This record gives sequence, structure tokens and C-alpha cells, in this order.
Amino acid sequence: MTRLSRGTRPMFTSKMAAECQRVDRSSHSMDKSITLPADEIFRNLENAKRFAIDIGGSLTKLAYYSTVQHKVAKVRSFDHTAKETEGEPLYEISMQEEVTARLHFIKFENAYIETCLDFIKDHLVNTETKVIKATGGGAHKFKDLIEKKLKLRVDKEDEMTCLIKGCNFVLRNIPHEAFVYVKHADSEFRFQNTHPDIFPYLLINIGSGVSIVKVESEDKFERVGGSSIGGGTFWGLGALLTKTKRFDELLQLASKGQHTSVDMLVKDIYGGSYGSLGLTGDLIASSFGKSATADNEFSKEDMAKSLLHMISNDIGQLACLYARLHNLTRVYFGGFFIRGHPVTMHTITYSINFFTKGEVQALFLRHEGYLGTIGAFLKGAEEDNPNQYSWGENYAGSSGLMSVSPDLNPMQRTRSGTFPFDMLEMDRLERQLVNLPLLQDPSSYIPDTVDLSEDALAREYWLYCFEEALDGVVKRAVASQPDLPEAAERAEKFRHKYRHKLQTLRQQPFAYGSLTVRSLLDTREHCLNEFNFPDPYSKIKQRENDIALKYFQKAIKSLEELSWEQRQFALVRGLLAGNVFDWGAKAVSDVLESDPEFGFEQAKRQLEERPWLVDAYDQWLERLKGPPHKCALFFVDNSGIDIILGVFPFIRELLCRGTEVVLASNSSPALNDVTNSELQILTQRIAAMDLVIQSAVKEDRLTLVQSGSSSPCLDLSRLDKELAGVVRERHTDLVVIEGMGRAIHTNYYAMLSCESLKMAVIKNSWLADRLGGKLFSVVFKYEVPPSHKTTTQDHVPGTPS
Amino acid sequence: SFIYCTFPWFGMDIGGTLVKLVYFEPKDITAEEEQEEVENLKSIRRYLTSNVAYGKTGVRDVHLELRNLSMCGRTGNLHFIRFPTQAMHRFIQMGSDKNFSSLHTTLCATGGGAYKFENDFRTMADLELLKLDELDCLIHGLLYVDSVSFNGQPECYFFENPSDTQNSVKTPCSLADPFPMLLVNIGSGVSILAVYSKDHYKRVTGTSLGGGTFLGLCCLLTGCETFEEALDMASRGDSSNVDKLVKDIYGGDYERFGLQGSAVASSFGHMMSKEKRDSISKEDLARAMLVTITNNIGSIARMCAVNEKIERVVFVGNFLRINTVSTKLLAYAMDFWSKGQLKALFLEHEGYFGAVGALLELLKSPEEA
Repeated sequence: MTRLSRGTRPMFTSKMAAECQRVDRSSHSMDKSITLPADEIFRNLENAKRFAIDIGGSLTKLAYYSTVQHKVAKVRSFDHTAKETEGEPLYEISMQEEVTARLHFIKFENAYIETCLDFIKDHLVNTETKVIKATGGGAHKFKDLIEKKLKLRVDKEDEMTCLIKGCNFVLRNIPHEAFVYVKHADSEFRFQNTHPDIFPYLLINIGSGVSIVKVESEDKFERVGGSSIGGGTFWGLGALLTKTKRFDELLQLASKGQHTSVDMLVKDIYGGSYGSLGLTGDLIASSFGKSATADNEFSKEDMAKSLLHMISNDIGQLACLYARLHNLTRVYFGGFFIRGHPVTMHTITYSINFFTKGEVQALFLRHEGYLGTIGAFLKGAEEDNPNQYSWGENYAGSSGLMSVSPDLNPMQRTRSGTFPFDMLEMDRLERQLVNLPLLQDPSSYIPDTVDLSEDALAREYWLYCFEEALDGVVKRAVASQPDLPEAAERAEKFRHKYRHKLQTLRQQPFAYGSLTVRSLLDTREHCLNEFNFPDPYSKIKQRENDIALKYFQKAIKSLEELSWEQRQFALVRGLLAGNVFDWGAKAVSDVLESDPEFGFEQAKRQLEERPWLVDAYDQWLERLKGPPHKCALFFVDNSGIDIILGVFPFIRELLCRGTEVVLASNSSPALNDVTNSELQILTQRIAAMDLVIQSAVKEDRLTLVQSGSSSPCLDLSRLDKELAGVVRERHTDLVVIEGMGRAIHTNYYAMLSCESLKMAVIKNSWLADRLGGKLFSVVFKYEVPPSHKTTTQDHVPGTPS
Repeated sequence: SFIYCTFPWFGMDIGGTLVKLVYFEPKDITAEEEQEEVENLKSIRRYLTSNVAYGKTGVRDVHLELRNLSMCGRTGNLHFIRFPTQAMHRFIQMGSDKNFSSLHTTLCATGGGAYKFENDFRTMADLELLKLDELDCLIHGLLYVDSVSFNGQPECYFFENPSDTQNSVKTPCSLADPFPMLLVNIGSGVSILAVYSKDHYKRVTGTSLGGGTFLGLCCLLTGCETFEEALDMASRGDSSNVDKLVKDIYGGDYERFGLQGSAVASSFGHMMSKEKRDSISKEDLARAMLVTITNNIGSIARMCAVNEKIERVVFVGNFLRINTVSTKLLAYAMDFWSKGQLKALFLEHEGYFGAVGALLELLKSPEEA
């Protein structure tokens, strides 16, 4: 049909051609009455540019780039050269518009192409864009329509090149992109850590046929093999055998069938297993082997199942042969045969396990359906060099795995009258993210302590906890913008969106990769930003910083009166007590809201007495009696009392010992965590009243860096590149991680190649219970890597010992 | 000086679809011997050698008969007989009716059926089977037949000019110095062995997409009933009406990856479209099925050869019987995808080596063993 229309087109007048198209499209059963949910899909079209489209056999994937304006909270120091004025805040907070870049990817059924193109045409403002990059088998079919509607020139890109480019992009930028599928496990999806080096890998793309591609670097890939037995064979043969037309219906049939009535098994030939070769009786000896001899009828379900096994096993076998030949262990599967279908993911996984005896794992990708369009987009955006940036998945704007995916049961969804679509949004991160150079083994590092997708009990609790906390968050968000009357309305939208996310995660904990406390917190931050609440805690932080600064000198003075040994303990206790002040933890925010006079001294009294729940203080003290550290990297937590009365006295002591200090703080706001810009002001203020800090700043022995993060937790594999540079230059030999989010929810088990301190007060009774402690229990973990002897170490990094 | 095994001499290979039987007919029987010979034995010999068909489904492949063969000190003809495994119970019943057990011979059997039907032989016909490993038998039988030659002609052949399947020529050759070889046995399913010497081999892999799949799917798709029928239809069909070729997708070659336009991109890919399904002929479907299965076996065999670093690939098994479409296609595939590195070899007695191997096991006298 395709061939015919292409061959005969020159004879048509344009009107006839248009008519021909209409006939063509009507076969896609388009529903013209459908209206698109304007505030949900194709967002920010008015700032969109650089379009790309990937049209497959049934689904269209559209990509564009937009600039997003959103509010950010900026702090600016007042001029304090004059005498300090009583009652005036220490810095001003202003809301400013900031422009950032975002990538939008939308997936919908081909039947809606015209509706979508019309929508885009009506909302597109930018006229600089002249070209749309296109890929996919269906691209030429819709070329004229796209050019006519959007007035953009369709520029075709090679399918495989786009696929590989897209694959590299998601593997590099999206944590938990790849997963192993385990059908009968509690959590079917086992997400993989982002490996620091994504190459080399094998991509098995199962479209109508199979392509096997070896990818060695960003620009180097090769189609090493393939097979004609693929998704088209399943579909074509399946349609002939069962008279079932649709691919997904065939899969449904297959999932209900029994292949043993159609296939000849080893036990059908041997009567049992073939022991000497280790072939079990249930193994298929000959696919469809029974249909040659028996006269009986076979059910559609059984034939579909047998066919599915035959094709999956065959592809799995070839994949293994190619993986072995090229000595590759990372094998990703994609293409419409796989795309989110549990049935085929299972049969392929089974086949790979069988043929490699578990040596190779079949890996699947969360955003597999978007690879082509991402790649086509990147081809078109090469002049912007998108690969020089790091990008992050925006949880607020992305649908998540299997949420409303149009891949599954499209018929059903179409009938329900809603417009089924799936979205992925990625934000450009202002900083490039890299591994902390001090990770012992970057490839095995997992930031999160508990994987909630696997721990049902913990999941239940934390989802409940976040839902419970939602009222407070909404209230605080509204309160943070008293001058903006529509804040309440926006806050309600935020509430709706985040609650919906929580509900989705309850049903599909795997939607955004492994579910963790970190991902729940990050999703909340993304949703808050989405509705222009960039920093609900700005005022609270400001007030707390103000109060704490007033006590700073007094605190230092009382510390200096202590003996050396008493002081070391007081410093640690101070740090811990400071950490009790955390608006992120519900128990604490309750106390703080009801009793604003709750003070530092009171906090100290709340602390657990030694021995603590995890108590390595004695070892730490011993260490302090030894030579000073060269440089300490300190990941700070909250503003106010925590940073000013806890962290600063502690690092002041380190500085006095001759240790250089690097303070790493968040690049943008999360909860009441101190941000880099706030910390700069605080440091100035403290330097103005303390000579030790002052000279340290002046002599560059105290440095402030951004972590690159805007999360209350900490992923040591995604840190600001500049931070990594500083850490290396200064030969950092001590890492201090403070607070529940950074040292308990994440990094509790992180193994570093230098000494580390992980300190936190458990401010959540459930978690305290889990860890065998109680509310306000103390974790003080001091770790020395096994290779290190603390006495004589003259380490040059990278030199083999 | 020989300790003769008692006649009759049989070797049997009971596969998933077919039973292969070889029978040694002694031609050097002396007059005294003939007198002593029990009537039973004579009648078996007469029945087997005077017929070419047995019952509805048994067939003697006369053209494969090995004449004037010297085995174990005797001279005679080796006969090759096959019948469907489905008829196994009738066969055992016949053994019982003819009182086969009174002959006190050992029945050497290999293939899965040796295990599956062992108990039936015992209870129905009072016969004990000597069960033998099918891969051992396959290799021993193959090497034996090659060594005795096919009535003076080579047992082995290849295709001259394999890249042109229309004009490639079957050419006899010798399998002298056969090791290492990749042995691809295509029965109902497929086994692939790397053979390094007579007794040193390993099963590399196998696939369930074999002769049984071809016939099974052909039966379902076309309503045919026999392998011969399916092959006959396939010989008249055109698979390009069923398969989606590279040129159907890209308009020509996919140059970026060096794929020819005529290469199959998706087997049965055209059948995704209803119009094409409605207009397709049975012959085209049978041809596509044959090409799909054959190419897939070729592809797996080639990968195994490369992984095992073996350049000679020997294809055997009854799937190749009267099946020049597949043999030529395999020869082409080995040559084309390896750029001439790999050579496909075939053997005249395709599916009978297991049965020959079983017979050889019978003739191993206790001293020899």
C-alpha cells in the first residue's frame, strides 16, 4: 500500500493527494471530538523551539525544547558596613524570574497526529524554528501533513542513529533508567545503578525485525547482526494463526495460553528429561512440533503462547551469541515488541537467563519508547551542544513507567474518551554533575539506604507520612507568599498534583525508578517548583539565621572555656543538637510551631545520652589526638541553629587544627536546608565577628562550594563538577555528612576511600524504631577505609600501593 | 575367529517425529547357515528386503542402500528404513506378533524414544532395549558411513558457487580429516555440536525452531499433512509476498548498515496487514516458513561456528531430506555472512547416522569393547 501511493503520487493533483491522505488517516480511527487537556500536554509551547518527531507503527513521539520561566528565591545581603541595626533582617529575599531550559517529550497514538499538530500550530508563538527532525518508519507517511500544518520542513534522520543517541542520553542522564524484569518478585522492576561509564553495550532492537547494535562510544556504533524473526513475525504469523489483528490482543491471547499442547517438549520425546545433557523434560525440543502430527484443534491462546515463546527464545539465543562474541555483559532490549509489555519482558528475560545461565541479564529501559525522538531532537540541537549539560528527569512533569502509557491497551483507553498520552520532561541542570572522586567504588554506589519498592512495610509508612505532611507543606507554601493573592490557588494545585503522584506511586512504586524517601522528597520539590513555590521556607530560614547569629559569639566563648577534650565532645553535641532543628521532620516541626522558644539548650537536653545508638565517638576522639586532616569536605544540612551554632564551631576547631574546610551546600532550595547563596552571606557575617573564620576565608582555607543538588538528600554520584575539582585539588581526606536526609536516608552505607563522619539525630519515631532506637537517638558513625592506616599516610591519589 | 552377533542386526533411532531403522542383510549366508536359520529370521529378512513400503507410513530409502558392505566379518547390504514415531506402538506390536524376542538378539536403540518406549518394548513384546546416547551414535554413525563411502562415491558434498542459489552445483567431496567440525543436526528440533575427535565433542547449543516447527506451522497455515506435501508447496511459492524485505522498508539497500534490499527484514512481516493476509497463497506461506526456519538455523550455526572458531559446518538430519531449497540456502548463508570463511557440508544419509551408530554399538563384541 505504501509502495503504491508513493509510486503513483506524481500523477495526483495536490487536491487529490490531500483526499488520498484523508482516506489513509481515517483508517487510524481518529476521534475528532477529542479535546486536548491544554494545561497538561504540550506545555509551554509559547516558548518552544527545535521540534523532533518519531512516528512508529502505532505511536507518535514528539520532542521539543522550551525555555521555562519560573520564580526563584534570591537572597541579597544588605550593606552592613554601617553599625548593626537592631531588628533588621540580615539579608533580603526577593522572588525573581529565572529562565531555565526544559526538554519535553510526548507520546500518543498515531490516530491523534492531526489533532496534536493543530494544537501545536495554534499555540506556537516562536517562528524562528524552520525545521522539524523526523525519524521512524511512519515519518514519510505523515511528512506532507506535518509540513502543511506546522509550516516546518521535515528533515529525516537515520532511525538507528537516533535510537543510539537517545539511548546514550537517557543512560547518562536518568538515574534508574535501566531495569531488570523479575515477573514473580515483590517488585517486578529491579532498577540498575547508573554506571559511571555507560559504554560498551549491546542494544537489541526488536521492531518488525531484530537489529543487534554494539555501541562503543557516543559516536561509535555498529550493527553487528540481526534477525528477520522479530515483532513482525509474531504479529504476522500470529494474525494468520489466530485471526487476531492487533499486536496487543495477540499478546493478551498469549498470556492466557498453554504452549505445552502445541510444542514438542523434551519429555514428549524422552518420556522425561535428557539427563546426560542436562536438558529438563519441560524444555521445548521443537516449537509447534505437536501441530504436525496431531489432528486436534489448537486454541488461539495456546498457539499465540507457543509463538511468543518461539520468537522470544530465538531472539534471546541470538542476543546471547552476539554478547558472547563481542564479550559484552550489558544488553539492553527495546523496540515495539518489548515496549513496556510485561509478557515479552518476561519471556525475553527467561530466554536470556536460560542461554547464559545467568551470566548476562536482560536490561530494559524506562524511557525506551522515547529513544528515537530524543535522538532526533539531539541531532537537531547539536549546535546547542546539549550533551555538555547534565539533565534531570522532572518528576512533576513526567508520567512515569506504565502510568497512563498508551502502549498498553490503547483500544480500551480510546473508548473511554480520554486522550491517552505519556510525557517525559527533563530539566537542564545549571551545573554538570559527576561522581564524588572519593567514592570507593562508583559503579556499586547506591545512594539510598532503603529501597521502598522492595520494602512494602517501609513504603506503606513513608507514603502515609508524606500524605500526612501535605497539609503542613501547603500551609507553609501559602504563608511564604503573603503578598501574592493567588498563592492559595496555586498551593491547592500543588496539593492535587503531589497527592496524585503519591497515589500513582502507591499503585506503581516503580514509576520513576526505585521508590525511596529521596525520590518522594525530590518529587515534592519538583511539584512545588512547578507551581512557583521555589522556596517556601525562605522566611523561616531568614528568621532562624538571624536568631542563631546573635548567639554565635557567646557559643564560641563558652566552648573556648572548656578543656580540649571537653570541647571536642561539646562540639559534636552542638552539631547534633543543631541538627534537631529540622523543619523537614514532622515531629520537630510540630514542636517548633507550637513552641517557638524551643532553644538550643533544650535541644541538647533532648539528645540521647551516650552510648548513642551508633557511637564511634571514642574512635573519633582518638583520631583527633593524631595529626590534623589535610582537608575536610562538609555536606551541610539546615539553616539557622544547625549551620551557625552547630557546623561553624565544629569547622572552626578543624581550621584551628590546620585542616582546610570545604563547605558543600545545595545549589537551590529544598526544605529549610541552607543554600549556597545563603551560606555565603552567613559566612561573611560570621567572618565579620570571628577572626579564625575571617582569616580562613581570606587565606582560602575555608571554601564554599555548591553541591549541584536541590534535594534534602544527597546523591554522591551526581555532584557539581567544580566540587569534584576542589576535592581533588585539596587532597580531601575527611568527608562529613550531616543530617537524616544525607546521612541516614542516603549514604548510610556509602563507602568512601577516605575517613568519613556520618552524623544525624533520628527525628522520626518510625525510623528510630526501625533502627532499634528511639526518637532523638543519635547516629555517630566514624569510618576509616580498610586500606587506610590512620598513622602514617602519605597518599598520592591514583598511585598503586 | 569372529564371535558373531546373532542375527538380525538392527540399529534404531527413535526421534520426536521419525523412527530411523537400519538393517544389515547378510549376503554371505552359507547353505548350512541357511538350514539352521530359524523361520522367523528368514521371514523378517524377506519382509524387509522384498518391500519398499511397510504399512501405510513405513518407507525404505532404496537409493541410500549401502551394498556389499563388510561389517564384523560379514558381507551384506545395509538398508535404511523410516516410519513416523506415531506408529511406534504398531511397530512394537508387530515385534510381538512375530515373536521377535525368541531370536535372542539385542535391540540397540537411541534417540529420546529409546527411553520413552523402553517400557512398552518390555511389556508388549518382551524385548529389552540397549539404550544408547543419541549424540554418541550420531557421530560414530556419521564417521563410519563416511569411511565406507556411498557405494564407491563420496558420502559428503558441498555446493560449488554457493552465492548464486539458482546455479549452485552439488559437488561430492571427501570428509577426510574431519575435525574439528560443527555438526548441525536438524530433526524436529536442532542440536549443534562441536566435534573435535570421534569421542570428544560438546553440545554447543540447540534451538526449538527445527523441522518440526516447519512442518507444524505449515500444517496449521496451509492444511497440508506431510513433509513431502509441505516441501512441494514450498518449492512453488514465493516468500517475498509474505516476508518484509529491507527494500520494502527502505526502498532499496540500507547502506548505513550494508544490508541488501533483497534481505529479509521481517519474516512474515507483510502478514501484519490484513489485505496481504487475505490475498496470500498457501505455496507462498510454505515457502516463507521454509526460508524462515532455514535462515534462522543458518544464522545460529554461523554464530556458533564463529564463537567456537570452527570453519567447517556439517548439516545433517531429516529436515534436509529432498530439501534442496534449504541445503542451497544454508550453503549460501554460511558463505555470504562469513565472506567465504565458512564452508557448509552435507551428507547423503542425512538422518540415518544415529541408527547406524546404534548398529555399530551392537557389533562391538565384548572383546572389542
